[in-house]
Amino acid sequence: MTGNLILADVTRQFGETTAVDRVNLSIAPGQFVGVIGRSGAGKSTMLRLINRLVDPTAGSISFDGVEVTALRGKALRAWRRDCAMIFQQFNLVDRLDVLTNVLIGRLAEHGFLSSMAMRFTDAERTMAIQALDRLDLVPQALQRAGTLSGGQQQRVAIAKALLQKPRIMLADEPIASLDPANATRVMDGLKQINTEDKLTVLVNLHTLDTARAYCDRIVAMRAGRVMFDGTASQLTDEVVRDIYGLEGLAEFNEAVTSTAARRTGRVWEDA
Amino acid sequence: MTATAGIGDRVPQVTLDPISQFESDYARKRRRSRMGWLIGTVLFALAFALTSWMGDFFKVTQVTLPDGSRDWRWIIPAGIPRLGEYISKTIPDLHWDTLGTDLENWFWRWKVWLRLLLETILIAFLATVIGVVGGFLLSFPAARNLTPNAWVLWITRRYLEIARTVPELVWALIFVFCFSVGPLAGVAAIGLHATGALGKLYSEVNENIDMRPLEGVKAAGGTWFDQIRYGAVPQVLPNIISYTLLRFEINVRSSSIIGYVGAGGLGQEIRTAMSFQEYQDLSALFIIIFVTVMIIDYGSEKLRHRVIGLEAHS
Repeated sequence: MTGNLILADVTRQFGETTAVDRVNLSIAPGQFVGVIGRSGAGKSTMLRLINRLVDPTAGSISFDGVEVTALRGKALRAWRRDCAMIFQQFNLVDRLDVLTNVLIGRLAEHGFLSSMAMRFTDAERTMAIQALDRLDLVPQALQRAGTLSGGQQQRVAIAKALLQKPRIMLADEPIASLDPANATRVMDGLKQINTEDKLTVLVNLHTLDTARAYCDRIVAMRAGRVMFDGTASQLTDEVVRDIYGLEGLAEFNEAVTSTAARRTGRVWEDA
Repeated sequence: MTATAGIGDRVPQVTLDPISQFESDYARKRRRSRMGWLIGTVLFALAFALTSWMGDFFKVTQVTLPDGSRDWRWIIPAGIPRLGEYISKTIPDLHWDTLGTDLENWFWRWKVWLRLLLETILIAFLATVIGVVGGFLLSFPAARNLTPNAWVLWITRRYLEIARTVPELVWALIFVFCFSVGPLAGVAAIGLHATGALGKLYSEVNENIDMRPLEGVKAAGGTWFDQIRYGAVPQVLPNIISYTLLRFEINVRSSSIIGYVGAGGLGQEIRTAMSFQEYQDLSALFIIIFVTVMIIDYGSEKLRHRVIGLEAHS
């Protein structure tokens, strides 16, 4: 029961629209879960609900037996630290250097004054450099984040997430803005963290190929509902066609050609 | 994330062919914009006529003619020559052979004026510091996209409005009453007004920032202050520096007149010169202020362009 993430009847409405509709999921620690679906299926909202960037209209989210939806103030910030979030658009501060961007992952541990003065300890800086080293980004540490390529920026975001010492890693379409080579590097990075650090990873994807290549378990969503929940091998083209129809299948496979990441087995090296 | 809105859920009642549909739409649009233009022009002309009439533009007044007789004349052509008369009164007699003594006589109070000029600049500087600190801190709760809640937004916005809508001279009168005559009242008055003006400008800069970095900080467990410090401040800093320098220029101008109500700086000398009708002192003071403002404008413009240029190159 330690580290189980459980979503029970989670619903979120935006006005008339139900973005997430009575979702039930139970995610065991250490799993690498891919969430697939077309844009507008509610994948993004679901991750935001877990990180509490969005509050649910109904239902409960719990982690390790703690009701996440009830958290306020400091406890809520501690929860956000525990479930690190990677965004499609990286959400880095372009005008700050890479090192400071990574150190933002430590802010939940800081008091008001040290945070406002941007004062970090040597130990924290060491952590940051180690994380950047894991992602091959030490030479860029003092560059402004905005000057980096998309793939590098996403890896900076992963380094920042690592500094949070999270228990879960949420990634919202982390490779949708990247070219295939960089997409592969980012997905390999997430997989490495999953296996080496035993972190639960929950990643939104819009391509079947990538999901099949990396994920132990795939959750398919449509119109806010979970339509499929099983292993990659269970998610055959027939199942996908049943869920999304023929055009849906074509859409997923078409998307594969643009920004799919295929596992290379190699980690971190390539351009 | 959001479901697609239904397209084509509104069907036009009459189906014309697209071209004639466009023709009729276009004609209607042209008619409407011509009508709007006409109404706007009439309203503007009315407002112009009314305000110029209230402002005595059409007044006919009695003037003394060169031969000594009195006559009725329209005020504008009658008054304009007096502008030249006034200026000629303020310019002293300068002769080449006695230029040294003439200048000495013109700027006879230069020691006092120089001290007061320094005071003027110090008032402007200190007031700018107060305005920047206050305006900067309040610009975040006063920005619609950053404010923690509607109440805080409402209160900070009203405070900034009051601070900037009350003119500096009125604040100065109030602070002279509180702190007595002297530069402290001037600093408080200009500082308060600058807080309101800068807070408004800064908050508009804040409202145009990219919110994604703030979300990145929030998702990592950052507080509201962390989001502002790490996500917002780096984005707005160049604009803030630029507006701050601009405000310093404006404050130098303000502080040179604020002494008129006893709040320190050169203004008190202007008042004395005016009430004793020392026209040549007035022109001397005007030159001092003009040169100072010009130098500060020039310097701060150079600095501002450098800040903007740094921005463009990085």
